[in-house]
Amino acid sequence: MSIDTSKVATSNKGAATPDKPNKVGAVASWADERLGLGTAMKKQIRKVFPDHWSFMLGEVALWSFIVLLLTGVFLTLWFHPSMAEVTYDGSYSRLRGVEMSDAMASTLHISFDVRGGLLMRQMHHWAAMIFIAAMMIHLLRVYFTGAFRKPRELNWVIGSLLLLLGTLEGFTGYSLPDDLLSGTGIRAADGFMKSMPLVGTYMSFLLFGGEFPGDSIIPRLYTVHVLLIPGILLALIGAHMLLLVFHKHTQWPGPGRTEENVVGFPLMPVYMAKAGGFFFIVFGVTALMGGLLGINPIWKYGPYDPTKVTAGSQPDWYMGWPDGALRIMPGWEFHFWGHTFAFNVFLPIIVLPGLMFTILMLLPFLESWITGDKREHHLLERPRNAPTRTALMVSLMTFYGLLWAAGGNDIIAIKFGMSINAITHFMRVAVFVGPAIAFFIARRWCISLQRHDEETLLHGYETGIIMRSPEGGYSEKHLPISESRAYTLTARDRDEVYVPGEETDQNGIPTPGGRLAGLRAKLSTLWYADNIQKPTAAELEEAHHHAEHEHALQAAGEGYPADGHQFDDFGGTHETSEQPLRGGH
Amino acid sequence: MSDHDTPAGDPTGHVPAVPEEPIANPGLPEHTWRPTDVDEHSEKRAERQVAAMYLASMVCVVLFVVVYFTADIGDNWTTFLGLGASTVGLGVTLAAALLLIGAGTIQWARKLMSDHEISELRHPARSSDEDRAEVLEKLAAGGEDSGIGRRPLIRNTLLGSVGLLGAPALVMLWDLGPTNAKVTAEQPYPGAGLEHTVWSKGMKVVRDVVGTPVRVSDLEIGDLVNGEPEAIFPTQENGQPALHGVALQVAKSKAAVVVVRMDPGDITPGEGRENWSVDGIVCYSKICTHVGCPISLYERTTHHLLCPCHQSTFDLSDSGRVVFGPAGRHLPQLPLDVDDEGYLIARSDFTEPVGPSFWERDTKDIGDQGEADL
Amino acid sequence: MHLLNRTAGRISRHRRRPIAGALLLLLGLLTAGALYTAVLSPANAAKTQSDTELAEQGRKLFLVGCSTCHGTNGEGVTTLRGNQLGPSLVGVGAAAVDFQVGTGRMPMAQAGAQAPSKPEAYDQDEIDALAAYVASLGPGPAVPNSSDYSLDNMTDEAQEAAIVRGGQIFLTNCTACHNFEGSGGAMPEGGSAPKIRGVEPKYIYEALLTGPSNMPSFSNGNLTPEEKRDVIAYLGSLNDSADYGGFGMGGLGPVAEGLIAWVGGIGILVGFAIWIAAHTTRTNKKKVQA
Repeated sequence: MSIDTSKVATSNKGAATPDKPNKVGAVASWADERLGLGTAMKKQIRKVFPDHWSFMLGEVALWSFIVLLLTGVFLTLWFHPSMAEVTYDGSYSRLRGVEMSDAMASTLHISFDVRGGLLMRQMHHWAAMIFIAAMMIHLLRVYFTGAFRKPRELNWVIGSLLLLLGTLEGFTGYSLPDDLLSGTGIRAADGFMKSMPLVGTYMSFLLFGGEFPGDSIIPRLYTVHVLLIPGILLALIGAHMLLLVFHKHTQWPGPGRTEENVVGFPLMPVYMAKAGGFFFIVFGVTALMGGLLGINPIWKYGPYDPTKVTAGSQPDWYMGWPDGALRIMPGWEFHFWGHTFAFNVFLPIIVLPGLMFTILMLLPFLESWITGDKREHHLLERPRNAPTRTALMVSLMTFYGLLWAAGGNDIIAIKFGMSINAITHFMRVAVFVGPAIAFFIARRWCISLQRHDEETLLHGYETGIIMRSPEGGYSEKHLPISESRAYTLTARDRDEVYVPGEETDQNGIPTPGGRLAGLRAKLSTLWYADNIQKPTAAELEEAHHHAEHEHALQAAGEGYPADGHQFDDFGGTHETSEQPLRGGH
Repeated sequence: MSDHDTPAGDPTGHVPAVPEEPIANPGLPEHTWRPTDVDEHSEKRAERQVAAMYLASMVCVVLFVVVYFTADIGDNWTTFLGLGASTVGLGVTLAAALLLIGAGTIQWARKLMSDHEISELRHPARSSDEDRAEVLEKLAAGGEDSGIGRRPLIRNTLLGSVGLLGAPALVMLWDLGPTNAKVTAEQPYPGAGLEHTVWSKGMKVVRDVVGTPVRVSDLEIGDLVNGEPEAIFPTQENGQPALHGVALQVAKSKAAVVVVRMDPGDITPGEGRENWSVDGIVCYSKICTHVGCPISLYERTTHHLLCPCHQSTFDLSDSGRVVFGPAGRHLPQLPLDVDDEGYLIARSDFTEPVGPSFWERDTKDIGDQGEADL
Repeated sequence: MHLLNRTAGRISRHRRRPIAGALLLLLGLLTAGALYTAVLSPANAAKTQSDTELAEQGRKLFLVGCSTCHGTNGEGVTTLRGNQLGPSLVGVGAAAVDFQVGTGRMPMAQAGAQAPSKPEAYDQDEIDALAAYVASLGPGPAVPNSSDYSLDNMTDEAQEAAIVRGGQIFLTNCTACHNFEGSGGAMPEGGSAPKIRGVEPKYIYEALLTGPSNMPSFSNGNLTPEEKRDVIAYLGSLNDSADYGGFGMGGLGPVAEGLIAWVGGIGILVGFAIWIAAHTTRTNKKKVQA
């Protein structure tokens, strides 16, 4: 079974095949004698990565980031981050003679006078949207499968930071061309900053170099966009990947796959080929979208002018949810002591995103505090086997999704013939009620799926063969599932409710954190409440035993009918199973 | 199975069953072969497939270069199905070239590279106890050596001095703001300029873009004018000083107005604003009081003005009152008058700051804002 | 950069090719317009005998199709509860009738705040008759001539300048409701600003003049006829221009783009990921040891 892991391309001795050095070996030898990488490479070159489609979502983000770097560098060769006033005299006739900023004029130049410039602009924009979208689905995959648990909490935090920075990077990029939409976005951002109590006006004046719009914002955002944030992103992505290599990838449980090993294909050559090939795929899909789907037609928006606006003024999708919160917020603005408290802006756009990101980063710590689980976990959990965790994220997603929809309320209104006022009123209630309902449904759904798993484990799977008993009753024939599937279904932890220590020690003195421990125990009980635990060996044996009995009768008695107990609640009646679990044994 | 107490198995993944586990780990299933492993025909075919994809990719690159040099851009785009041929051609050929390399490589990995799953052992993230003990010991020795614990004076002054280095970093950002901003009576804080616009008594209302003044007789009931003060469009005739660059943009961003004419009977003037309209013509700031989007989505029958950014809705027949949405304040109204030639003019600047709220904004109710004719 | 820009300014060459069809169309419109002006235009209605007859013909149509809501004399109908069933048509002019009936907005299928556009119920002769009748109720804007919104008699440079000016006026006065490329937008309480790309120039002109439904009007005193013409020319030039960046996705802005990024981009890439990780075909055969 085990492939010879000793076959490494480099070693301290030099070539892989010492007696007859080939070219690769010679290069590796040359490099090793100067860099001494042999020892490290020895382990990493055949490093094992498990194979599953959902493990490639983070790769989409990584590769689209590379596409962003490549296309972004191309764009900087022509883009002028300047707000100097120029009169456009380029190729696009409908704006010829119009006053605009140099930034806008150079963006038009890239679009109309640089061959492939428009393609690169559109690829850059699509890649940015995909970058953030991929980070989000990667985050959801990691959360729903429990891959954030010890020892990977810090990588979760790094990932959350990447999402935050990616969003900021996207917003600064959206603002650079200085077209009508990006200028409207910057103006709104000015309004956001000014809503901050005490420091807001100062923040705005410092950022804009004076009153809005000034002539500093685009050069400053440019530096942030091409230097500051990409630098931090690169460093964090490096750390993210290093930790991935150090921890080794998580894997799904299954025959031969345990907490102590990682089963899959070696980096060299299989994963190099798969991941490298995927880079070209991501690049190719971005190029296809950039070539076929027009995005952000700045020549139609025209240059930014503080007196103009267009219907459908929206930020890019990743800023849509705070924008939605802004739209459905009631107009809570208060005036005291000669000051203005603009809660209608401050709460949804400054406080809410900060709060959401804080919650996001704390999720792993929150869960391990509640459950008291401090073990290392390398096997993934199916979302159904952690109902409360799954439901928590579904509820957060519902909150996010509703705000997102609220951010597109005007487009929804015209496309579905509804009233924006009605949508807004609905959303004001739905963002609170919706997540609660979603939590409840998702949790019960998970538990039902757990029940289904247990039923499959104890009674076998439904064959679709309907049998009629002499009494005229109908029942479905169940057949046992394969051993490896049965093992996979049972390869999960039993839930252990956290039990606090004594609240007081022997002398009646409260132990530190005693009361908090009580809360923790209560939360822990709620966290696991109603979950279905996997059957014990004895329960399974019993089910197995009865099934064998049934099987024997069936084999002998020409279509001996099922007894109908398949439809019983299996809660305490495992003895009614009629089929052997491991058929043929 | 996944209990962490399980003793480490051998690299193949065979782990002895733990008593309470219902089913023992059956170990990795037996490896099955792919057609390409056992059949030379399919192996060769897969090989040809991969190579064909790489070759096709080369063809696409050639096409890319051809498109680059043949498809015109500029003011004379070559079009293809009504689409820009350059963008579409370059995009599709580049995409095809890249996708073919990607697909070929993945196909190579899937069909021809070894698909024996291999297993690697994991190790806990933590270091061994000996290593940890050694590190702690060294930390203690290093700390002892430096005397950082024994010499609190040095330690505290060091912390203080390094901490204070944050101050230059912060202070040096101060000049990000307007460099000539001096605290004066007129400019008590940087945002003081937000309280005024370029409107002043007697300034004509002109149409945006074209800059023509608006005569009262020009407008019919239901008309909407996106207006500006004439200072934004300086000409020889109006004698306004020329405005450029930042000053122009700042002025525009605060002074834009909407002028609408409605049936005078529809207007409910605010307290002290009885004479701010001219024959049913009213003028409001175009800058939303929410976060500052320009608004001119006017409904002539309801007199409602909607903001396209966040849907705040204002009633222009009722002092710009908020009727819907997240805005917290009514839209500032510009007091109008008419000059000798019949042109619309302002009676004064706005009587309150326009645009979004800010901390220093001293908000007063309609009626407490003083006279328009200042 | 300027060397590379040698084609700048040669707008004429660009516009002639894709515009050839449009020119033909314009020529046709011009001919039709000339005929229309000479024979049918309600602007001349009061002057000739035949136009009085036209108005009389229109009155008959009006009594059948319009008077239920607008009253037998076009004075409007107010219900007992004070709701307005149909507004007074005195003074709305022929342009309003031509727009409302010509785009199928009138007669309305059911009473409501906003009349949606639908297949028109009257042919152009009947519309002209109705327009002549309503115009006779009181002075109002007449149906514009095609010369009012045509750039035909201008030099290339003047046409280009007109389109640029029209674009700026459009972006200032129209995009707020109708979106940056005329795709339409939402208005309060279920209302909407309709899509105006591809609408006949005459109807755009009439809508500007009369302010249908809740739209503010841009009377000739407000927005001069030349400015209206330029706006229409800009919209027309958008129709003529290529989609430089590929398919436009409805011109709705970032919401549509985000949807495509998720459904298209992420969807396709996840599909590829599934392919990469999927198990390949297996065989029962064993490998023969070489």
